[in-house]
Amino acid sequence: MFERRAAMATLLADRPKNLFVVPGLGSCTWDAYAAGDDDRNFYLWGAMGGAAMIGLGLALAQPALRVAVVTGDGEMLMGLGSLATIGVQRPDNLAVVVFDNGHYGETGMQESHTRGGVDLCDVARGCGFARVLDVKDHDGLRELAGLLASGEGPLFARVPIVADDPPRVLPEKDGVAIKDRVRRAVEKAGA
Amino acid sequence: MNAPTDIEPKAWQDQLFDVLKRADIRQVGYVPDAGHSRLIARCKDDPDIRDVVLTTEEEGVAMAAGAWLGGQRAALLMQSSGVGNCVNMLSLVRACRFPMLMLVTMRGEWEEFNPWQVPMGSIVDPVLQLCDTHVAWAKTPGEVAPAVQNAVQIAFGGDRAAAVLLSQKLIGAKVWVK
Repeated sequence: MFERRAAMATLLADRPKNLFVVPGLGSCTWDAYAAGDDDRNFYLWGAMGGAAMIGLGLALAQPALRVAVVTGDGEMLMGLGSLATIGVQRPDNLAVVVFDNGHYGETGMQESHTRGGVDLCDVARGCGFARVLDVKDHDGLRELAGLLASGEGPLFARVPIVADDPPRVLPEKDGVAIKDRVRRAVEKAGA
Repeated sequence: MNAPTDIEPKAWQDQLFDVLKRADIRQVGYVPDAGHSRLIARCKDDPDIRDVVLTTEEEGVAMAAGAWLGGQRAALLMQSSGVGNCVNMLSLVRACRFPMLMLVTMRGEWEEFNPWQVPMGSIVDPVLQLCDTHVAWAKTPGEVAPAVQNAVQIAFGGDRAAAVLLSQKLIGAKVWVK
């Protein structure tokens, strides 16, 4: 099991210039910001269940960029059908990474379906993801970081994390500002 | 598989496709509907349009947001029942002022055979307006292309949501017994 802040920091440590990140609402957005504010982060403060599809739209629009959705198990479960949609589209530049602590961390740590036995890696395999990683150790996490930069996708990875609630660090909250900043970064990176 | 006889292509459907092409729509998300079948087929045949079949309509709202981040325009095709599925995800459109173009084929509105379509079909217009979406109706073939063109301008010119509701008067009643 990983500490979530350390896991995010490892994934984004050697971030290539063309890697855009869509962190799911709540803890993953705080984690991404804590790892270092970046114009290429589309911080989500809402839209639960939509992170993977936002990633798909961006990945399809910009095939030369890499897109990593990093979200929680609860957020992924709300948009489980999007794994089927991505499995059909098969964009090779998209990764969906689930920080799985088996709980709804923002709402009082109620147990989620993954705690109840649902295996998101099995779901992703069944949906036709090209590669599925169930990350077990630090070597696996570093391998995942490398695949975000260059692997053939669509990639799905489950990262088991400790069910805790580290102190919040909050990024920009204005949705228009977040959107415009990412769009400018895409223009810059895609040029 | 042959298309059912009640969804033969109509001129307004091809005109609608032409409007989307002129507007440079590059991603089209849809949950299939008979009234959109011609448009879906045209999109699938076009190499410059990525057609994305969705499991539920709110996926298309999120995808359109992602497309716009990436500099592409998207459209979402759905039946009226799908509008209900989109309500919470439309918060993303409002919070970030994303352009969002929705084309909705109506059920439960005119000569509806299935009463289970009525509860959602009858509230599509006010629900969308509550979600800060510009709503226009097309009830005759001649109204379709101008309404969609106007919706394109409102969505992409004003960074907001715009929907065109395609009436059952236009689409024709679903043939249930053949």
